[in-house]
Amino acid sequence: MTRLPLAALIGLVFTGAYFAAALLAPWIAPYGMAEIVGDSWEPSSSQFWLGTDSIGRDLLSRMIWGGRTTIFIATCATLLSFGLGSILGFFAAVKGGWVDQVLSRLVDLMMSIPSLISALVVLSVMPVTIPVLILVMGILDSTRVFRLSRAVAVDIAVMDYVEAARLRGEKQGWIIFREILPNALSPLVAEMGLRFIFAVLFISTLSFLGLGVQPPMADWGGIVKENKEGIVYGIPAALIPAFAIATLAISVNLVADWVLNRTSSLKGGRGA
Amino acid sequence: MVHPVIKLVAQRIALGLLLLLAASVLIFVGTQILPGDVAQSILGQSATPETLANLRQELGLNEPALTRYFSWLGGVLHGDLGNALTNGQPIAPALGKRLLNTLFLAACAAVIAVPLAIILGLVSVRYRNRWPDKLISAVTLATISVPEFLLGYIVIFFLAVQYRLLPSLSTVYDGMGFGDRLYAIGLPVIVLVLAVLGHMMRMTRAAILNVMQSAYIETAELKGLRPFAIIARHAFPNAIAPVVNVVMINLAYLVVGVVVVEVVFVYPGMGQYLVDHVSKRDVPVVQACGLVFAGVYIGLNLIADLVSILANPRLRHPK
Repeated sequence: MTRLPLAALIGLVFTGAYFAAALLAPWIAPYGMAEIVGDSWEPSSSQFWLGTDSIGRDLLSRMIWGGRTTIFIATCATLLSFGLGSILGFFAAVKGGWVDQVLSRLVDLMMSIPSLISALVVLSVMPVTIPVLILVMGILDSTRVFRLSRAVAVDIAVMDYVEAARLRGEKQGWIIFREILPNALSPLVAEMGLRFIFAVLFISTLSFLGLGVQPPMADWGGIVKENKEGIVYGIPAALIPAFAIATLAISVNLVADWVLNRTSSLKGGRGA
Repeated sequence: MVHPVIKLVAQRIALGLLLLLAASVLIFVGTQILPGDVAQSILGQSATPETLANLRQELGLNEPALTRYFSWLGGVLHGDLGNALTNGQPIAPALGKRLLNTLFLAACAAVIAVPLAIILGLVSVRYRNRWPDKLISAVTLATISVPEFLLGYIVIFFLAVQYRLLPSLSTVYDGMGFGDRLYAIGLPVIVLVLAVLGHMMRMTRAAILNVMQSAYIETAELKGLRPFAIIARHAFPNAIAPVVNVVMINLAYLVVGVVVVEVVFVYPGMGQYLVDHVSKRDVPVVQACGLVFAGVYIGLNLIADLVSILANPRLRHPK
């Protein structure tokens, strides 16, 4: 058992706390998600720890429920982008030839339009619901996963043991899942942290623009949108989600850095 | 025999144009061929079959998709972006004015962010692993981790509300003086600078550090040159291609980041125009904005590639 560096420990604790709060929202949130319990923008008190929002809902409860929505959507989108991107990336690397060309050029094309713009274009005709948001974010982000997993798999596909598996007559599926995937897993896991953060920022941005999670559902970007008028009167309610997003981003980054360092030192031997 | 650089540059420009054409197909596919029905989503659930049929007729949705694409593309090539559904006005003049506003905002941010990022990068290489490096690195990591709209409200909260230094809304109008205009966009410029500074500075630092391993840097050190002179005169010129690349990628990012920042500060630019019309489901406007954004983005990436081709002496002076 190797010793856990302090930065990674802090990252793990905070990331774990956010995920726990998201999972346990119905039990730990003091009030309901859309329950109006006080006046608008009450300052923080023993009854409302973070104060109330623009129409008198408890802000702490909104933050916990909102975190649940934000983290849920970001997790689903990340899983989708990894499933899609890594399998297509490995497939392109193993197949080579025109399959690789077609997939790679298609990804180049999708990446030539900024993802926020693509998302806005698609959302202008699609209904804005949570499954649509997850699909749009997952597919747009899978381009980046595709590039990474293809690059990793191209290196692995020329290894002797893959060659041996091919000569044994193993099928394409075996080579992808039993030979390449286990060896490509560590860079992909580290990348997953970064993609997750990107998804959190992306869904928050969309919700802030009014094109993401729709009210009365709470999510962190939406909480900023609902409380932005308060800023002008010096009420910092809209800055609380800022704090939550930034701390979540930093702690996931710390964990991802640690995973990456640990796995890159594996090249030299397992004990390092 | 054509000079190889000219050939490379011509190839890259042709590729850029091809990419733009393909992007226009993608935008068209995204809005017109996806399962969602444009007419249905404009009118909402309460639409009667007659109004739906009328709108489809008006939008030309009964034509085959290929015909619609080519008539749209033909219009775009003649500078005709079609009419907005919401008010029936032609899109091109409204878009042009807003594009100028957006480019002005992005240019102001770039003029500050690019030199600042490079200077900070040089400083953190000079003092690497000492406190100035660590401080710069920590601050830029923090600004990267916060999305632009939150940065926007943080600066509004402190600079506009608490200390009343700059206006929280960036209202600009025709015939406004240059100085007033700069004052009005002060806060959005700060936000955009913060948003791109971190990445640019980190990549500059990494690019220069990469060069610092070379033998000629050791030679310069042994000659007794001052550390900053080594970095600025010997290391930086050799790191210019990656640095320019990063700068261009960030400028392209700036044009996208502007979408959110414009909404925060209610600035009458392209981003605000796009977001407004996405919520109104005004498809022609969304298509036009998407195409312009894609064009700017592809163009800046193209320039990045061209600069790195031209900055490579091995390509400029072939044997």
